[in-house]
Amino acid sequence: MTTLDVLYFAWLRERVGVPKERIETAAATVRELVGELAAKDEWHAAAFSDMAAVRVAVDQELSPLDAPIKGAREVAFFPPMTGG
Amino acid sequence: MAARVQESAFDLGAELAGFGAGAGAVVSFTGLVRDEGGRLAGLEIEHYPGMTERALEAFGAQAAERFGLTEWKIVHRTGPMTAGEPIMMVATAAPHRRAAFEAAEFLMDWLKSRAPFWKREIVADGTPGTWVAAKDEDEDALGRW
Repeated sequence: MTTLDVLYFAWLRERVGVPKERIETAAATVRELVGELAAKDEWHAAAFSDMAAVRVAVDQELSPLDAPIKGAREVAFFPPMTGG
Repeated sequence: MAARVQESAFDLGAELAGFGAGAGAVVSFTGLVRDEGGRLAGLEIEHYPGMTERALEAFGAQAAERFGLTEWKIVHRTGPMTAGEPIMMVATAAPHRRAAFEAAEFLMDWLKSRAPFWKREIVADGTPGTWVAAKDEDEDALGRW
């Protein structure tokens, strides 16, 4: 099991209800982690209901859903970015 | 060579004072909060502390190498801001104008779709509005680099 900080921003944060949570996971990839998180409760399920609208960063680097999370310290989920 | 994230407003003149000394060309872009025809009082911007600074530094370093910049600067605000106020700026300095113009566009295109900022509308009566959706054209703009 790995201990990870999971961060949420913008409407993902609002749907989940917290900006950050520390979790224990057996997931090997971001996609597996999403499956575990979405199964936690209806709020998590709502946040991850449309993965086409979700972007991921592993240790603050944008990453694909199939990215490995072995050794990672934090994984963040957020909508497409709208800076500038 | 600096990226800065801050809540407070900035003064463009002060930011550009002395910027690019010795270069042949300086280009700056400033983004302002739109009121969308009176519908909005302003914007609130959320970001990912830590990743934001890393991303902006990386974009600046890439632009410097690719376009031969002698100096670059990015300032981006977070938190609530009022319509008409500046949101962010980029400035680039190079020996000649084309590199400075192109580098400023490069930085803006990357910043809009790859820096972890999220805009939320504040509607005219002061209540929080909706999160601003990303535009396909902003994503597509990266294709030209």
